[in-house]
Amino acid sequence: MSIESVIAVNRFGLGATPGELAAAGADPRGWLARQVGATAPASPAFGRLATSGEALKAYPRWIASLGKVRGGAGDSAQTAPRTVEGTFREQLGPIMLEEVTARLAAAASTPAPFRERLVWFWSNHFTVSAEKALVFALVGSFEREAIRPHVGGYFADMLLAATRHPAMILYLDNHLSVRKGWQAQGLRGSRSTAFPPPTGLNENLAREILELHTLGVNGGYTQADVTEFARVITGWTVRPTMFDLEPASPGFVFDPTRHEPGPRTLLGVTWPQEGVGQGEAVLRDIAVRPATAQHVATKVARHFIADEPPPAAVARIAHAFRDSGGHLPTVYAALLDCPEAWKQPLAKLKTPVEYVVSCMRALPAVRAAQPQALYATLRGMGQRPFFAPSPQGWPDTAQAWAGGDALWKRIEWAGIVAARVGSTADPQRLAAASYGAATSEGTRRALERAESREQALALWLASPEFQRR
Amino acid sequence: MTTRRKALQLFGGTAALLGLPGLAFAAPGNPRAGERRLVFIFLRGGMDGLSAVPPYGDPEYAARRGALAVPSPGSAGGALDLDSHFGLNPNLGEMHRLFAARELVVLHAVASPYRERSHFDAQNLIENGTARPFGREVGWLNVALGAAGGRVAAGTQAFALGQSVPLVLRGPAQVGSWSPTRLPVPDADLLERLAALYRGDALLDRSFTVAREAQAMMEGRDAGGGMDGATLPVVELARAAGEILGKPNGPHVAALDFGGWDTHISQQGEYSQLTRNLRLLDRSVATLRTALGAAWRHTAVLIVTEFGRAVAPNGSGGTDHGTAGAAFVAGGAVRGGRVIADWPGLGPRALHEGRDLRPTLDLRALFKAALVAQLGLGEAVLETEVFPDSRTVRPLDGLFA
Repeated sequence: MSIESVIAVNRFGLGATPGELAAAGADPRGWLARQVGATAPASPAFGRLATSGEALKAYPRWIASLGKVRGGAGDSAQTAPRTVEGTFREQLGPIMLEEVTARLAAAASTPAPFRERLVWFWSNHFTVSAEKALVFALVGSFEREAIRPHVGGYFADMLLAATRHPAMILYLDNHLSVRKGWQAQGLRGSRSTAFPPPTGLNENLAREILELHTLGVNGGYTQADVTEFARVITGWTVRPTMFDLEPASPGFVFDPTRHEPGPRTLLGVTWPQEGVGQGEAVLRDIAVRPATAQHVATKVARHFIADEPPPAAVARIAHAFRDSGGHLPTVYAALLDCPEAWKQPLAKLKTPVEYVVSCMRALPAVRAAQPQALYATLRGMGQRPFFAPSPQGWPDTAQAWAGGDALWKRIEWAGIVAARVGSTADPQRLAAASYGAATSEGTRRALERAESREQALALWLASPEFQRR
Repeated sequence: MTTRRKALQLFGGTAALLGLPGLAFAAPGNPRAGERRLVFIFLRGGMDGLSAVPPYGDPEYAARRGALAVPSPGSAGGALDLDSHFGLNPNLGEMHRLFAARELVVLHAVASPYRERSHFDAQNLIENGTARPFGREVGWLNVALGAAGGRVAAGTQAFALGQSVPLVLRGPAQVGSWSPTRLPVPDADLLERLAALYRGDALLDRSFTVAREAQAMMEGRDAGGGMDGATLPVVELARAAGEILGKPNGPHVAALDFGGWDTHISQQGEYSQLTRNLRLLDRSVATLRTALGAAWRHTAVLIVTEFGRAVAPNGSGGTDHGTAGAAFVAGGAVRGGRVIADWPGLGPRALHEGRDLRPTLDLRALFKAALVAQLGLGEAVLETEVFPDSRTVRPLDGLFA
């Protein structure tokens, strides 16, 4: 097997499934390119999951049940203590477990792992995090509704879909950003003292769009641009609120009463549009600016080539982005055309999710692990799915994932997997069939000399090669 | 205090009995270099300094903060008084007791040299010790350990509590990391074979070495409640930090991250994120103190955030990103019971860019003072290696005994 096919299945893909290295072997670039067409069939794993509209209804149901908890004088000693957190976990927790299970299952078995990796990449670029309880039930639907449909399309469309998605609006507080002088009307929430109605701007979403999603922190915008952009997207909100107990068609809504009317000037341009069209026009403009191309290209190169992205590769990818107006398959083609991408196998350390999923792909028996166990494992490794620590998303360099504790947790996991499935595995063949010529002599010898198949499997899963891609 | 005095008497008595020189137990103000400890707690997200440390005595405070103003001491939900001008948020009761015991210094109107409003750039710059967000890939606390050279013992002298090592601790000096686990310990033979396998891999070899040291150090420790959703990881991590640093020949330095301070909405009230965080911080500091045991006397705990928040509330009962804010230094090593602030005021003309508290003290002055006191560093190395090009920022005077 060529080094290029090792790079294709491990770095660009999600780790070899049995036979995958051979399948990619003849034409690794073609194998990757075929995965990123305009559309792709949805994984059967996602079949029954809640849409964002359905997930949004879970919140009012939970709120309504709180009344019973607080007034619950009848709670007796034999029932578990019912707290606000407890009922939240009980009612919304299953949504999260289903989402994580489906996401891992889809990744573990997909025949288009490059496309799936790109889904992860874009989800991380447009981070929404379940750290915020209000978004907890929506993070999975965000990925399915705002990211997946656009992975083979245009960046601008993905930016718009991500910005309008209820998860993003709620994560970055835009439902609470209103024009000066706006008065809440008829919302039950307006009577709540804990959640008073908004009275003005909240610049959180506007800032993160400019800093993280498009132009980048050095992309040439000012505080005045942030504030003005926040005014542009006032009115971009979500129905129902937490307190609408009988929601009609839940989801994104543009509320003209909240919107600051009039033309706005930002980033050197005056935007005359009225209503939701103004924000859409700004987003479509910044989506194709050179600063955005540079910012996105740098992140793509960091993810797929090296922690320190080679400037020539960044330039090539940014150029493709600019010339194609942000057409993502063109961007991916430019990435695959970068000679730098094909030189150095094992250039990237796997993140915990990448690591565990590559174990699942290599060893089908691991796919049968209890979802709760996988979830707890990833949490212990510091990468609980859907719980990125901040809007910046998960870090994408080895330094962030190579600490002693992180390594120790992988070794623990390797030991457990080996104990469960090691007796039926053939670690030496596994190494050859996934990392081929990129396996070092030292690792090969260690596998040969292991005292048992189990130990050999643990050594392989914890080896320097298997921890990288 | 009784317990500590008893312990001292007991120790003194035994020492006398054995004919050991009395100096074997150094006076609190004069510990041996190996006894000093430094803990860095990074509150990520931008702690609202005007809520954590309300300047209730400023005539502009109540009006400019509106509904988010913490009431004056004595009123319902009022601040805990510090010095008749500043107070502590009422959720910081343990820290208020430390202040009364002269084990806490409160600083205000502090900021890094960063003047934009990105969390991530602001955090990078504070951690890397330069005046630029991507100034370098190593952290000042790590560089400081290297610069301390012979004054600290060889081996792992710093620990990150958590699954990853924050930038402030990354660099050439060896750093351990630890977080609770419930999984069984891998068998010894496998570990030996892995040690051999990693020998040719610089990155993993180093991580593995420190991982094994950390495991040895924490052997037999209960995983604690830290991995369950209902419990409070940051308090658990503070406890672990105290246990590790509290060991007689334990490491000198620990760092832990505490995220979730980006309070753009509903800061007020019993269930707000800010209230919850302040209580967790309060408990973490108290837990750390207990877990450190006798080592607390020689410890300094730096508690900082990347920036403060805008003076005026935003439209959602929260606050947007600002500039200067508050910081704390706790521990037996500090000259506590004082507020250090060159207060710029909150009047319209006093604000930075018309919206934020104006910085009057550079955070690096605080960091430098801590490194002078706790790691014995000189100013020359501080202003060149640890915080490059920072000659104009002098170590803050009188912070430590």
